[in-house]
Amino acid sequence: MVKVKINGNDIEVADGLTILQACEEAGLEIPRFCYHDRLSIAGNCRMCLVDVEGSPKPVASCAMPINDGMSIHTNTQSVKKAREGVMEFLLINHPLDCPVCDQGGECDLQDQTVAFGPENSRFEENKRSVDEKHMGPLIKTYMTRCIHCTRCIRFADEVAGVNQLGAVNRGENMEITTYLEKSIDSELSANIVDLCPVGALTSKPYQFEARPWELKKTQTIDVMDGVGSNVRVDTYGWKVKRVLPVLNEDINEEWISDKTRYACDGLLNQRIDTPLIKKDKSFSEISWNEALGNLKEDLLTTKPEEVAFLLGDFVDLETAYLTKKLADDLNIKTIECRQEGCKIPFNHRSQFLFNSKIKGIDETDCILIIGSNVREEAAIINSRIRKNIVSKNIPIALIGNNVDLTYDYDYLGNDINIITDILNEKNPFSDELLRAKKPMVIIGQSVLNRDDSLQIYSLLETFTDKFNLIQDEWNGFNILQLTAARAGGLEVGAFQRSRTLDDILDSSSDKYRIIISIGADEVNYDKLGNSKIIYIGTHGDRGANAAQLILPSAAYTEKDSIYINTEGRVQFANKASFPPGDAKEDWKIINQLSELMKLDWSFISQTDVRDAIFSDFPHLTEDFNELSNGFIKILDNKTKDENEFVLKDTRSIKEKKSDTLNGNIKEFEENSAQKIFKSYWKDLNDRQREYLRKYNYPESWSEFTEYFGFKVVNDIKKKNNVILPYEESYAESLGKSWDDLTYNQKKWAYTKRNKNNLIGLADDAIFTPEGIVVLNDNQEAYYAEPKEIFFENKSLSLSINDFYINDSISRHSNTMAECSRARNEIRNPIKEKAS
Amino acid sequence: MLQEKDKIFTNLFGDESYSLKSALKRGDWDKTKNLIANGREWIIDEMKKSELRGRGGAGFPTGLKWSFMPKDPDLTNYLVVNADESEPGTCKDRDMIRNEPHKLIEGCLLASFAMNAHTCYIYIRGEYFNESVVLQKAIDEAYEAGLIGKNASGSGWDFDIYLHRGAGAYICGEETALLESLEGKKGLPRLKPPFPANKGLYGSPTTVNNVETIAVVPSILRRGGEWFASFGRPKNTGTKVFCISGHVNNPCNIEEEMGMPLKELIEKHAGGVRGGWSNLKAIIPGGSSVPLIPKKTCDTVLMDFDSLSAVKSGLGTAAVIVMDQSTDLVKAIAKLSHFYKHESCGQCTPCREGTGWMWRMMEKIGSGHANSSDIDKLLDVTKQIEGHTICALGDAAAWPIQGLFRHFRDEIEDQLKKIKAA
Amino acid sequence: MSELKENFTFNEGNLIEAKKILSKYPEDRKQSAVMPLLDLAQRQNENWLTREIVEYVANYLEMPFIRAWEVVTFYSMYYTKYNGKYLVQVCGTTPCWLRGSDQIVKACKEMIAPTQNTLSKDGIFSWMQVECLGACVNAPLIQINDDYYEDLTYDSTKNVLQSLIDGTPVEVGSQSGRKSSKAVS
Ligand SMILES: Cc1cc2nc3c(=O)[nH]c(=O)nc-3n(C[C@H](O)[C@H](O)[C@H](O)COP(=O)(O)O)c2cc1C
Ligand code: SF4
Ligand code: FES
Repeated sequence: MVKVKINGNDIEVADGLTILQACEEAGLEIPRFCYHDRLSIAGNCRMCLVDVEGSPKPVASCAMPINDGMSIHTNTQSVKKAREGVMEFLLINHPLDCPVCDQGGECDLQDQTVAFGPENSRFEENKRSVDEKHMGPLIKTYMTRCIHCTRCIRFADEVAGVNQLGAVNRGENMEITTYLEKSIDSELSANIVDLCPVGALTSKPYQFEARPWELKKTQTIDVMDGVGSNVRVDTYGWKVKRVLPVLNEDINEEWISDKTRYACDGLLNQRIDTPLIKKDKSFSEISWNEALGNLKEDLLTTKPEEVAFLLGDFVDLETAYLTKKLADDLNIKTIECRQEGCKIPFNHRSQFLFNSKIKGIDETDCILIIGSNVREEAAIINSRIRKNIVSKNIPIALIGNNVDLTYDYDYLGNDINIITDILNEKNPFSDELLRAKKPMVIIGQSVLNRDDSLQIYSLLETFTDKFNLIQDEWNGFNILQLTAARAGGLEVGAFQRSRTLDDILDSSSDKYRIIISIGADEVNYDKLGNSKIIYIGTHGDRGANAAQLILPSAAYTEKDSIYINTEGRVQFANKASFPPGDAKEDWKIINQLSELMKLDWSFISQTDVRDAIFSDFPHLTEDFNELSNGFIKILDNKTKDENEFVLKDTRSIKEKKSDTLNGNIKEFEENSAQKIFKSYWKDLNDRQREYLRKYNYPESWSEFTEYFGFKVVNDIKKKNNVILPYEESYAESLGKSWDDLTYNQKKWAYTKRNKNNLIGLADDAIFTPEGIVVLNDNQEAYYAEPKEIFFENKSLSLSINDFYINDSISRHSNTMAECSRARNEIRNPIKEKAS
Repeated sequence: MLQEKDKIFTNLFGDESYSLKSALKRGDWDKTKNLIANGREWIIDEMKKSELRGRGGAGFPTGLKWSFMPKDPDLTNYLVVNADESEPGTCKDRDMIRNEPHKLIEGCLLASFAMNAHTCYIYIRGEYFNESVVLQKAIDEAYEAGLIGKNASGSGWDFDIYLHRGAGAYICGEETALLESLEGKKGLPRLKPPFPANKGLYGSPTTVNNVETIAVVPSILRRGGEWFASFGRPKNTGTKVFCISGHVNNPCNIEEEMGMPLKELIEKHAGGVRGGWSNLKAIIPGGSSVPLIPKKTCDTVLMDFDSLSAVKSGLGTAAVIVMDQSTDLVKAIAKLSHFYKHESCGQCTPCREGTGWMWRMMEKIGSGHANSSDIDKLLDVTKQIEGHTICALGDAAAWPIQGLFRHFRDEIEDQLKKIKAA
Repeated sequence: MSELKENFTFNEGNLIEAKKILSKYPEDRKQSAVMPLLDLAQRQNENWLTREIVEYVANYLEMPFIRAWEVVTFYSMYYTKYNGKYLVQVCGTTPCWLRGSDQIVKACKEMIAPTQNTLSKDGIFSWMQVECLGACVNAPLIQINDDYYEDLTYDSTKNVLQSLIDGTPVEVGSQSGRKSSKAVS
């Protein structure tokens, strides 16, 4: 630890920080453009200049390490002048086309101009214009807007591992381009769109689609591969407009693959929105009741041996669990989730998981990859490996196809015998593995679906002993699962122990009379001959084409659900939009079917399903307590007093006893109870209460505090003796009081603090000393700084509640039509009030 | 006036051949082995005694600079000689390279030995093609004669010199940009810290010195640091090669004693100002990067670091650019502004955007369609660049303009008013 | 002249030269040789570079194309178009300007082409104005290919250019008859 003085205040910070980082620790935000935590330091924008006592010139705080005893000033006149100067320079050649720029509303340059820029420009010369550059189908360039921060170049070099971006020419003619304007050959390329602080690089598919402040933002989980990247889904109405990464250090850091980002395009096309039945080679619409009745008849009239369930790549945990339960109860033995044809009869979860966890890649000192093109199969994991290889130069080898992984590795060949050689120390790489303290083996799916996969797998299992893969705090035996559904399907046992997918497909046409396919689109249905295929899914894909009966379900952005990623991490996906037309969430379809079949289980709510899962597979809850940061689990509410509950969140335990907090909760519960059930909290039964809690309580600590207002937050601030709220110090730095700031300055102050849950602000935002509240066109309240929503103001609190009630209605409506009816009911009184 | 016997560069003008044979006659490579035998400490000590300040422009004490180099024998230290000479007005290194290359090569050996470097790169500007051919020949001669290479000059020290040609970029004279360029990249100055003495070429400890700084080393070590220090004033010692260009009767390079009065320098060596001293308007005394000084100051100022900085200018590279009464000063400085705009690497914001803007404003003022507030604006922009950039090119671009208006603002404003009235 | 040269490779002499250049730098720092190798390649190709040549050099040094292209576009001495047999570069920076570089430009306009970077009618020359060439006490001056012609006047510039046209080049260096940068007295 070293002691430094920042603006006259003593503060102790960790050694090795830069001035900029130290200032951040002290709660001061230093404006910057080129600096980014995850990229090397360029120090070229010069926006972060601060004064350091003893230094004749201001210094670039992003690049300068702190020294013990340093005295730093961030709010002097000279710093202010320096920032204004840099802003003026950046703007002289920057087009003022914010109204037509996709970055508008979430542009660093725009924001910082307002906050730090000079009053007006004194530039009277012509502005420079730069030709557009082609960078591929995903990235739209408008290079006149570029401010030459080189973040994009550094990302391509350092994270994506493709040396394809550069800055050509010099001086004011410098331009960012790819060589010969070729597309960037990287599966992570579109991350530069997020990195670009201005509108020089924007998303081509999202071009002119929406303004950021019009979008509703929902944090959820990506399902395009087995990684489970954390994402934010932005919707306009029910349309998903874009998908952006959300920071999760343990999984995707702050990147997502291009596939994750752009798969959302498909959510709008070819959707199945009503149950369909095939008659005379063409489909016709039927009602849900008919459709499910039809299915029920089929199941009742068919022998269990003649029925098979296939689970596709995007099936969530609840659905997999219910399907398995349904199959068990109907005595149907054939259920298979392993679409890539894996043949291993797993007995324990560690046999099919990425046991070292993705984070373990940072710790390992030797990697052996067997049969996987990690770059293609899990781009995020590949970039993590690359980071470790580049920074620590650890030994890494690959058996399998010789592919470009963006880093150098030792290519051992594409021969199964090499595995035996390594085991018998006949291959030089054995030494590396033996020497390593935390060795890691990554096994791809291609190894697990070969004819001889059982042999190979058992051979690989002997690696664990030989090379000490499993230790007290380390398990380096890793299977890379390729899809979001797979680990969950395997967890709940939705696979055949002694048979494989091929056995179902290769069976004579009469063997299976009924195949129920839940989103299984990779299967070759032609092999199934005369079987009747019932398809539950979202898109008119292969499965739907082969089907006789189609039941429309919800895509991953349209439902609350659980996914388990390749590490075995339990993650909760949130509903960002609604399924189209009459489509339903998958678990509800299976659940309803079970009701129809008069099975002795059937669940009222999704919470029931989840509880059942977690009581059948209790280890999963251990996982999410430990792993899914910020998730609040309401423990065993039956044994607790009515108004008490336990927050399973390390940060919250201290605060949970706070009286104000409980008071707020009570009031809120009462309100919700009255709104939704038209009765008082004390009159509700347990199930209803739980329902309210589960769906009206937020699922993370930050969301939680959003509900209960700034008071709690202020308490925490006082307790930890944290500095002044940023907003005040910002005003102070401008030598003004809060009230004197302009609209834009206030906006800046707020938005900077809340980058992640920033909601763009409309011009009629209401500023209160405690926070900002915005009403959108539908009179729904959005919060800009949720922690600080002002609760005392009646009309505001009303609309905020309404907003959440709205949301909860849409969550629990079965169809879009139902939902909009419910919404309208709630909205109307507000509309009246507004008019 | 410096006596002939005290001149270091006796063949500055190439009256004799640059070859080794000829150089030996002039006393180069004389018992170099013995100088090395005196050891590192001794060499650095003598350098400190000589009070030599770097001749590349910044004037940092050389002995002190060398003492920063880590002594760990396991490290690969480098000496890099800066022969990029691109500062407008400056052409002294060129003469040393083409006519006295052995002084430089011997200096490289001595300096490298003192800094524990077995390898030295000389980075010469690309335009000096013929000079690079001469220097390479001289290096080859020195290798053949065993003066450098394995067991250089019989000293037991292995030493290699490599010549690297630039390709047209003033910024590569900035020492860290030079290192980047040497590594095969664009010449973008690096952030400091880390300083080259800790992390320089290929991440190893490196010292960058100007050609002249290195070329005077053998003479200093042979004749003694005190001998060198006996010229000039304390902290501003030694002999110095001045480049006198512009409106003088006989432009030339000349080795003189540091601290010689500017007026005397011009009158004695350059045949005086065109049309006589009274026809003088202003002088840029240290290369394009330093502010100009008006005649009044030129009358008395001494040509050394401290005297010139006392009059808000600098010795820089000691390139004296003389401008007589006929000079359109705004145009003269605008040309320099164009130079800096052209040579800015483009890396950091104030320099990339500011140099072009300044040049355009200078042109505007030069065209006469400007007024006093335009000058205020321009000066404010120079202040926004000064001290805010990664390297000193930003300062160098700002200072000439500041100097111009410091001394000639009234005159220029009168001019503008007249144009307006007309 | 301007068509792409297919399959550029260093000629035999330059292959040896390239090896020699590479030996100056540590083995794992091949990229250091990019400037000298580009220069070498440019000299082999009538003093200009095509994309293909740049790619050849980049491959030779195992460096990404974009990194080599950055170098080519950053430094002013790499040319991406043909400039004639003689490229005349007129220094126009202040020390040369003070001593009459405008006259030299005028001579070039008259003898070569009215605009910069344009081939003369006979295709032998082109001229351009450049920044300080570092021979200021011999101002004004021009650089023709590798050589400096110094202490010029309008007339002597024309003389130098004419001598090249005639194939009887005048001596390189000062055209006023003085020895290098020594004062005439
Ligand atoms: C823009 C710029 C250009 C420079 N050009 C040169 C140059 O051409 N030659 C030189 O020796 N030093 C030049 N320098 C100074 C070098 O950075 C460095 O200070 C010098 O080479 C150190 O050598 P010295 O200690 O021997 O003076 C330049 C500096 C800057 C900022
Ligand atoms: S394109 Fe964007 S990220 Fe890249 S240098 Fe320009 S402003 Fe920075
Ligand atoms: S953030 Fe420090 S210079 Fe750009």
